[in-house]
Amino acid sequence: MNKKILEVKNLTKKFGDVTAVDSISFSIDKGEIFGVVGPNGAGKTTTIKILTTLLPPTSGEALIGGYNVVKNATKVRRIIGYVPQLLSADGNLTGYENLLIFAKLYDIPSKERKKRIIDSLHFMGLTDVAHKMVKSFSGGMIRRLEIAQAVLHNPKVLILDEPTVGLDPGARDSVWEYVKTLAINGTTVLMTTHYMEEADAMCSRVAIMNRGNIAALGTPHDLKKSIGDNGASLNKVFEYYIGKDLDSEVSEGNFKDVSRTRRDSRRLG
Amino acid sequence: MYQEQGVIQEDLDKVVLLDRINLIKWITNFITKTLVIAELEVRKLSHDPTELFTRALQPALWMLVFGEVFSHVRAIPTGNMTYLDFMAPGILAQSVLFVAIFYGISIIWERDLGIVHKFLASPTPRTALVLGKALSAGVRAISQAIIIYLLSLMLSVKLSWAPINLIEILFVVIISAALFSTFSLIIACIVKTRERFMGIGQVLTMPLFFASNAIYPISIMPDWLKAIAHFNPLTYEVDALRTLMIYGGTSLYGLNFDFVFLIISMIILTVIAAIVYPSIAR
Repeated sequence: MNKKILEVKNLTKKFGDVTAVDSISFSIDKGEIFGVVGPNGAGKTTTIKILTTLLPPTSGEALIGGYNVVKNATKVRRIIGYVPQLLSADGNLTGYENLLIFAKLYDIPSKERKKRIIDSLHFMGLTDVAHKMVKSFSGGMIRRLEIAQAVLHNPKVLILDEPTVGLDPGARDSVWEYVKTLAINGTTVLMTTHYMEEADAMCSRVAIMNRGNIAALGTPHDLKKSIGDNGASLNKVFEYYIGKDLDSEVSEGNFKDVSRTRRDSRRLG
Repeated sequence: MYQEQGVIQEDLDKVVLLDRINLIKWITNFITKTLVIAELEVRKLSHDPTELFTRALQPALWMLVFGEVFSHVRAIPTGNMTYLDFMAPGILAQSVLFVAIFYGISIIWERDLGIVHKFLASPTPRTALVLGKALSAGVRAISQAIIIYLLSLMLSVKLSWAPINLIEILFVVIISAALFSTFSLIIACIVKTRERFMGIGQVLTMPLFFASNAIYPISIMPDWLKAIAHFNPLTYEVDALRTLMIYGGTSLYGLNFDFVFLIISMIILTVIAAIVYPSIAR
C-alpha cells in the first residue's frame, strides 16, 4: 500500500516572468504534520493554492490521495480541508451556521449533520458560543471554528496556511493542541508557518522554502544536525539556509501583509 | 454473432442508463448546492435586515418627488396611462437593478477576507456558487417589490391583483435581480479591486437605467439610444413588469419574448460567471 498521501513532482508556477514556484518536489506520508516555512514571497502560498485546486500550475504535477489536482480537481476537493491564511469564517453568521453550511456543501447526510456539528464544536471548545455571531468571537475562537469547518467532512489532508498568525500565545497553544490531536487521529496535516518555534513544536518534517525552491527538507532534528549543531534552534537552521533571520522578515513584511493584518484585527474588533 | 451484438447492445444500454443516472445526480447536486449558497445569504440577511429598510428610501424619493412632478408636467407621452402608473414598474425595475448591481462588491469583499477561497476549495460546482448568490439577490429584490407595492398603493397607482400576475412578477423580479447580480459578479472578477469596481458600477448603472423604458417610453428616444435599449435586459424586465403590475397594462414586445430574453441572458451570464469566478481567488 502506498503510504504517500500527497506527492508533488517538479511543480512550477510562473506569473509572467516571475517564477513563484520553481520545480519543487516532495511527498508527505499519511499521518504526518508537514511544515513549509520560508520568508514572504518564498512561494508557500502559491504552492498551497495549487494544492487546494485554486490555481493551476504552469508545469509539473501534484497528487493528493492519488488524484491529480488539475485533472481530478473535484475528487481532490472532497478529500482535503482548507483553512486559508485570512480569516475566512463568516462574521455575519453564528458558529453553528458556519458549520451547517459547510456540512451541506460537503454532503454530510442530514441525519448525521447535527451530531457531527455539535461534536466538532465540542472538540474545538466552542459549545458555549455555538449560537453567537462569529463577529463577536476572539481571533483564537475564529481560528478554531475555521479548523472545525475544514475537518467536518473528515478530510484525508488538512491544509493550513499560517494557522496561528496574529494569535496571542494562549490561543496559539490551543490551536496547536487541536491540530496535533487531529493528526494523532489520522488526519495528515500540511501547514505553512512563519514561526520556527511552531514548526519545531508541531511538525514531523519541515521544508524550508526560499525564492520558489526548497532549500532544505527533513525532520527538525535532521535539519539541526545538517548544520552541525544539534542544540541549534530551527531559527539558526533557517538563517543558515536562507542567509537571513526569519524574524526580521516577519517584522518588516510588505504592504500587502501589513494591510492584511490590520484588516484582520479590524474585523475582530 | 447475434449474441455478441446483443451483449454490445446491453452494454450500450447500461452506459446510457449510467449516463442518465449521472446526469440526474449531477442536476440534483447542482440544485441542492445552489440552494445552500442561497440559504447562506438569506441567513445573513435575516441576522441583519436593516439594509432592506434603508434601501426603501431611494424608490420612495423617485416616486414621491420625480413621479409626482412629472405627472403634473405631463411632459412624457405615456398613452392612456397616468405617468405614475407608467413609472411605478420602472422604479421597481430600477430598485432591483440597484440591489443587484453592487453584488460584485461583496464578492471582492469576500475575496479580501478569504471566504471565496474556502468555497472554491470545496467540491461545490462553480455554477452553483454563482447561481446561489444570484438567487439571494432575487430574495433581496422581493423585499424591494413589496416596498414599491406599498408606495404604489399610497399613490393610488392602478395595480393589478390577479394572482397569476403576482406570481409572474415574482419570477420577473427574481430572474432580473439574478441576471444583474451575475453581471456585476463578472465585472468584479475582471476588475478585482473595490475602488475600480465602485467607479465602474456607477458608470454602468446609469446607462443601463437611462437606456431603457423605465421612466420614459423608448419611442421618444433618439435612434442610437433606441438601438441600445433593444439589447438592454432592463427594457424587457420593465415591459414585463408594466404588463403584469398595472391594471390593463399591455406589452410592447409580448410577454413571452420578454421572458425568453431574460432567461437566455441569465443563462449566458451564469455560464460566463462560472468560468471567470475562480480567477478572483488567484
